[in-house]
Amino acid sequence: MITTNIETVPGRTILEHYGIVQGSTIRAKHVGRDIAAGLKNLVGGELRGYTELLQEARDEAFSRMVDQAQEMGANAVVNVRFATSSVTSGASEILCYGTAVLVE
Amino acid sequence: MYYALQILIPLGLLMLGWGVGTLLERAHYRRIHRREDQHHHVPVTTERQLWNPDLPIAESRLVRGQVVVSVDYFKRFLAALRTLFGGEIHSYSSLLDRGRREAILRMREQFPHADVILNLRFETSTISAGGGRAMGTIEVLAYGTGVRYAQALRPPAVPDPAAD
Repeated sequence: MITTNIETVPGRTILEHYGIVQGSTIRAKHVGRDIAAGLKNLVGGELRGYTELLQEARDEAFSRMVDQAQEMGANAVVNVRFATSSVTSGASEILCYGTAVLVE
Repeated sequence: MYYALQILIPLGLLMLGWGVGTLLERAHYRRIHRREDQHHHVPVTTERQLWNPDLPIAESRLVRGQVVVSVDYFKRFLAALRTLFGGEIHSYSSLLDRGRREAILRMREQFPHADVILNLRFETSTISAGGGRAMGTIEVLAYGTGVRYAQALRPPAVPDPAAD
């Protein structure tokens, strides 16, 4: 599965458009990570626990989108976008969407 | 005794945040500079089209980098003071700068053999503590489309002004 965030797949011709595909996941952080982050907050810098959490969430949303595209018979997703929104405090929704296409 | 502690503890935290936070930030900037030098030859652009679209292309794929960074206690205190008087919060500019540069580097490291990365996008979101209280922590996501040409030729990244 080829994925790009531009309208085309460079060097390939798009044969067919299948429409929008999307994947999303809503994740909450857990207390242990909160405590570690609270300590790290004193001195600043990267909060690795949160980075990993959001990375996993994005991987999940992305693979759900790719699964949907595969079911449609597509072999590429173009114009992929990411969006994040907070649902309640401590939880956020990660959304990934794009257009499923068939390329040569 | 109790009142003395009430003053000493926040003061100690401020000193800790300022001292250790500054050291950590310097170390992070050193790492950023070193890695930026390594990836310097791959242009990252917000353009959506290739500069030489006729060349055969070997591979193109989505690349992405993300990081969650936080400011230290001292800078958070400075920012809180600043919100009383208004104006630019300088103590947070390095936070956003570090976050964006780190995210770009991680994105580049996903595709080290790319010849160009097109359509760079940023997404920045705030991470709040319990109760929705902001705590000077941000997440930065950088993503784009990495393209590698079939031939190993590397077109000049930017026009050289000295060549004219």
